[in-house]
Amino acid sequence: MEPLEIANKLKEKFPDEVIDIADFRGQVSVSVNRDRVLDICGYLYNEPDISMNYLSDLCGVDYPEKKFRFEVVYNLYSLKHRHALRVKALIPEHEPSVNSVTGVWAGANWHEREAYDMYGIIFKGHPDLRRILLPEDWEGFPQRKNYPLKGPEGWEYKEFKKVKELHSRDDEWGIK
Amino acid sequence: MEDIQEGKDIKATTTPDIASEEMVLNLGPQHPATHGVLKLVLKLDGETVTKCTPYIGYLHRGMEKLSEHRTYFQIIPLTDRLDYISAMSNNTGYCIAVEKLFGIEAPERAQFIRTIAAEMSRILSHLLWLGTHALDIGAMTVFLYCFREREKFLDLFERLCGARLTVSYLRIGGVRNDTEQKWLEDLYDLTEEFPARIAQYETLIDQNRIWLQRTKGIGVISAEDAINMGLSGPVLRGSGVAYDIRKFMPYAAYDKVQWEVPIGKNGDVYDRYRVRMEELRQSNSIIRQCIEKIPAGAIMADAPKFVLPSKDDVLTDIEHLIHHFVLITKGTQAAPEGEVYVATEAPKGELGFYIVSNGEGKPYRLRIRTPSFVHISALPKLCEGALLADVVANIGSIDIVLGECDR
Repeated sequence: MEPLEIANKLKEKFPDEVIDIADFRGQVSVSVNRDRVLDICGYLYNEPDISMNYLSDLCGVDYPEKKFRFEVVYNLYSLKHRHALRVKALIPEHEPSVNSVTGVWAGANWHEREAYDMYGIIFKGHPDLRRILLPEDWEGFPQRKNYPLKGPEGWEYKEFKKVKELHSRDDEWGIK
Repeated sequence: MEDIQEGKDIKATTTPDIASEEMVLNLGPQHPATHGVLKLVLKLDGETVTKCTPYIGYLHRGMEKLSEHRTYFQIIPLTDRLDYISAMSNNTGYCIAVEKLFGIEAPERAQFIRTIAAEMSRILSHLLWLGTHALDIGAMTVFLYCFREREKFLDLFERLCGARLTVSYLRIGGVRNDTEQKWLEDLYDLTEEFPARIAQYETLIDQNRIWLQRTKGIGVISAEDAINMGLSGPVLRGSGVAYDIRKFMPYAAYDKVQWEVPIGKNGDVYDRYRVRMEELRQSNSIIRQCIEKIPAGAIMADAPKFVLPSKDDVLTDIEHLIHHFVLITKGTQAAPEGEVYVATEAPKGELGFYIVSNGEGKPYRLRIRTPSFVHISALPKLCEGALLADVVANIGSIDIVLGECDR
């Protein structure tokens, strides 16, 4: 099926949920409300004509200027019918949470952990939601747009402070 | 007689106690069998793994965040450092994604050179995988033979672009420099002898009883599970799913050459090994066909808004010099607003770039979907219930590079 056809079919099925359909370079993205993401993904997975059985990618995006600050982007692919669709769940800043889709695609597990790690988006119903790339005691969410590239000014990771402390008397002790 | 009876009783009462004692083992992050800085926390019941928890992030360099502060050109060297043993494939994936975003296409000659380079890097990656995987399982000799051939391919890379690992050879809209005819001829000569080399590796391990016992029926993953977990590349094909992006969504010159997608049947370590060995042959054949069919012509697209002008023009013409200056310092000023997700078949699996552009010279968001990240997430499924020794075989068979896992 053509991606635009799938998008329109999705809009027919969930008229209140689909907010926007965008077509760029032959790739179609469907923006949806976050509340029924699980139903939408389940529908796309189970509907025989669509059968999106392969989750290529899942990631977060931060748009500080927009009404819905965060987006969780699902890049879906059907190995059976060889068509692709992108679904974007819009998430407000005040309550950054969305239902986890690990029940539909087991492969979403680590992608969701990474989105949580980098953007602080909470995935409800995730089996093991904790930081993945950063240390467990890291503060802040680095890929948010308001997080400076080099980290907050004057801020140091506390483990690094310990190392510095350890080496603070190197001169005194003659360690080079 | 009584003593023996007693001895039996002692054994009968102590055995369950030994079995119930759980042991926690840290494998890595500094362990040769984890192929990089991967840490696995294994809970063991005797020799059986009851729980496997991978910890990653030791090589996290914030590449995605960094990319938001770099122009599209400056990201090419960053992609070298994803999967650092197949930099050409990463370059290809990134450049094709950006070209899709910009709506430009590289000329045909560049497409063929890209295909040749990407397949060479697939051979390099698979050779390193075969060597280290065999080494992990205890077959030392293969390692040395694999590195003999790797050296020849790396020498050709060096002649092509001056670097062996971090090549940065591709450009948005083409490749950096043209190939010489002599280079193509030398590569063709190498491809002539390479199938015999593959056969040589196989004679070393294919019928080896230890190798077969260590790989057959180990780390089995069914096709349904593999798809559901998002596995890709040889790992998915080992389970019998013929998903190859080069066939499903052809890019570069893959639709202009004849080749087959090898698939396995059982989804165990041995099948993944067979798939990769067959891929070596297919890659070799793709390179040969590309050299035979490569057309003459330009190597950079004719799209001045996105593509750097040639060095000769820059040195002789003020217009081109200004143009070059703007492109380098500010990035392209004509990037369209939009977003694309483009996947390519890297040696290890599906390498996807999701680029969001807001019309500036640098990407608003660059997401890199790397195969190793997804494959490591499947390790618990492969390892739990298996023996400790099989953990090493499993890690080897999914072929991971932590550089691209952690980004």
